Amino acid sequence: MCSRLTLVDNPRQMEIQFARGFAVKTMIEIKDVSKTYGRLKVLDHVSLSVEQGRTLSMIGPSGCGKSTLLRIVMGLLSQDEGSVSINGEAITAQNRLSLRRRMGYVIQSGGLFPHLTAFENLTLLSQYIGWTAEQEEARIAVLCELTGIDRALLARRPGKLSGGQAQRISLMRALMLDPQVLLMDEPLGAIDPLVRYELQNDLRNIFSKLNKTVLLVTHDLGEAAFLGDRIALMQGGQVIQDGTARQLIDSPATPFVEQFVTAQRSPLQDV
Amino acid sequence: MPNIFIILLLSMFCVSHAHAQTYGVGSKVYTENVILGHLAAQSLEAAGFPAQHNEQLGGTRILWNALLGGSIDVYPEYTGTLLEEILPAAGINSREELVSVLAAQGVGITDNIGFNNTYALGMRRSQAQELGVVSISDLQAHPTLRYGFSNEFMERPDGWIGVSAEYGLAPDYVTGLEHALAYRGIASEDIDIIDLYSTDPEIAYYDLVALVDDREFFPDYDAVYVYRDDIPTEAVAALQRLAGTIDEARMMALNSQVQLDLRDDAQVASEFLRDTFAIEVTLANDTMWTRLWRNTIEHLQLVIISLGFAIVVAIPLGVLAAKFTRLEGLVLGGASILQTIPSLALLVLMIPLFGIGALPAIVAMFLYSLLPIVRNTHAGIKQIPAPMMESARALGLPNSLILRRIELPMAIPSILAGVKTSAVMNVGVATLGALIGAGGYGQPILTGIRLDNLSLILEGAIPAAVLALLVQWLFDALEKRLT
Repeated sequence: MCSRLTLVDNPRQMEIQFARGFAVKTMIEIKDVSKTYGRLKVLDHVSLSVEQGRTLSMIGPSGCGKSTLLRIVMGLLSQDEGSVSINGEAITAQNRLSLRRRMGYVIQSGGLFPHLTAFENLTLLSQYIGWTAEQEEARIAVLCELTGIDRALLARRPGKLSGGQAQRISLMRALMLDPQVLLMDEPLGAIDPLVRYELQNDLRNIFSKLNKTVLLVTHDLGEAAFLGDRIALMQGGQVIQDGTARQLIDSPATPFVEQFVTAQRSPLQDV
Repeated sequence: MPNIFIILLLSMFCVSHAHAQTYGVGSKVYTENVILGHLAAQSLEAAGFPAQHNEQLGGTRILWNALLGGSIDVYPEYTGTLLEEILPAAGINSREELVSVLAAQGVGITDNIGFNNTYALGMRRSQAQELGVVSISDLQAHPTLRYGFSNEFMERPDGWIGVSAEYGLAPDYVTGLEHALAYRGIASEDIDIIDLYSTDPEIAYYDLVALVDDREFFPDYDAVYVYRDDIPTEAVAALQRLAGTIDEARMMALNSQVQLDLRDDAQVASEFLRDTFAIEVTLANDTMWTRLWRNTIEHLQLVIISLGFAIVVAIPLGVLAAKFTRLEGLVLGGASILQTIPSLALLVLMIPLFGIGALPAIVAMFLYSLLPIVRNTHAGIKQIPAPMMESARALGLPNSLILRRIELPMAIPSILAGVKTSAVMNVGVATLGALIGAGGYGQPILTGIRLDNLSLILEGAIPAAVLALLVQWLFDALEKRLT
């Protein structure tokens, strides 16, 4: 049990660095997924994959299907066609609950339960699956250090936390059971710019430090490029282009990609 | 949770079996019937049969059903009511036929107590003289007179329905109201024609005239006792000895002592028994405070037990409605329909099932208080923001844990508000419980209305209002602590 709680030990880190250079394992595999709401096709034969330890940013206009896809990967929605597998294991009704526990999920407003303290929010699941208080404390100490949260803050309810603090604790909750995969839906969408800038830095450090496989939904191209190894640009339920930020900018697949990439306002453009 | 259920069940059991060893006497809501009820109860007591007098129950139907159902053993009735209201389909023409029809239902009847309290239409003497009205037929010429009848008279075939048809009366204004209030209405000239009982002492007091029934529409209303024929013959004898002892003048005098001199009705009855049979009855001498205490206990019992059951049943129903779309309409619709039944009607509906007393009142109040709790539980769970529920599910929590740790706690303020609504409402509905023998603060209110006694009305109304405020305050405090 103890070894599970140790976040990063050096030999493993080295092994991962090694793996990155050579063979890469696919952690999230989305194959030909379609989803229809009534007459509206939200996802139209989408295929994407994320390699172990990498971050994929999904970006696109509102209603392009990126959040729906994230929910399908989380097992919160089921697709009409196609398949999703995590670490080679296809999501089914039977393994959905156990798979969810191997994935962390962070949403825009944090989704912390307002009637519970931050501590209770963190330990809701660990308590249920039978962790001892010592195990929880040890894990929380590690996560507090990782996310830069003062342990004393955890006695507060979410209403008494700042937006940045709430998002950090939300991330702690997602990491509590040390999942292989992190799914994030606009995690910084409701955070003011200064804190957001700081959190983006912290997130990037955390991702690289923990070697998690991350699927991130954002509407901000800068953030997508900063946090993601790759960017998948979606439109109308389809992946239009999947590549690095450089590829999207230098060789846009369609006029839409070009439009989307250039529709970023520089603060100095009118000066 | 199971413990609460057992306690509630036990308390319910206690309520329904508290008077198992005594004989139940019932009486209707007006003074004469209450005095006759006291006479029966005291006569039974004197003969060695412990008796419980459920005073001023709602009306004829309630008493008759309570008698057939066995929640009471005897009550004073009138032959005209038996023939025209209770057994109109039997086509009874003679006393012998009446006795045999009653016997077939397990009901016995005593000989006439000695007076005929027939219905009559009455108006102010001054107005009758001014308009030259002597008989009911004369009313045809005056359709603008305002009529105010007791609700029961309005509905009875031997009441207004029959009279208006027989005499061809179609007045512009007819309203239903409490019999005791009708006298005040006619005295203050708000109404002109009311139904009278011929032994009402108010006829003389307010200087009214009973109009001549020139077509002999109203049948005789000879007072009798009807009783369940499974009571011992000695008990029947204790009732039978009252037969032939009270003539019309005597009854009017007894009524007058209570209604106009404001003497205690049980006291008046016991004096009659002492003077007529040399029977001494000791009466429990209630002070206002002992009455208030008893009424408070009874009232709280009604409210707490019914509310307790409602909480235990309604919260799971609300959860089911919130979780299963298919049940949503059924549960919320069902609870809403229950709520649309007027509370008094719901109380009366319970009598064939549960008899009279606290039990039917508790069941009615239970049904009545379901809706606010069901609706608020449902709404409380439904209003939890979707991202919150998504987070809970994404954590990999099982549904039972989500319900217990997330949904119910987040719905608590809403659920509590529903319970508060039901509690305050129940305090009010419980005052109607007195009409079906459940006691509580409604008892002094009923008596107060009957006797036109404001202090008695307030003896029930003030504590009921205070209790409602107290309940409200209690829940407000609880709400503050929980949020």
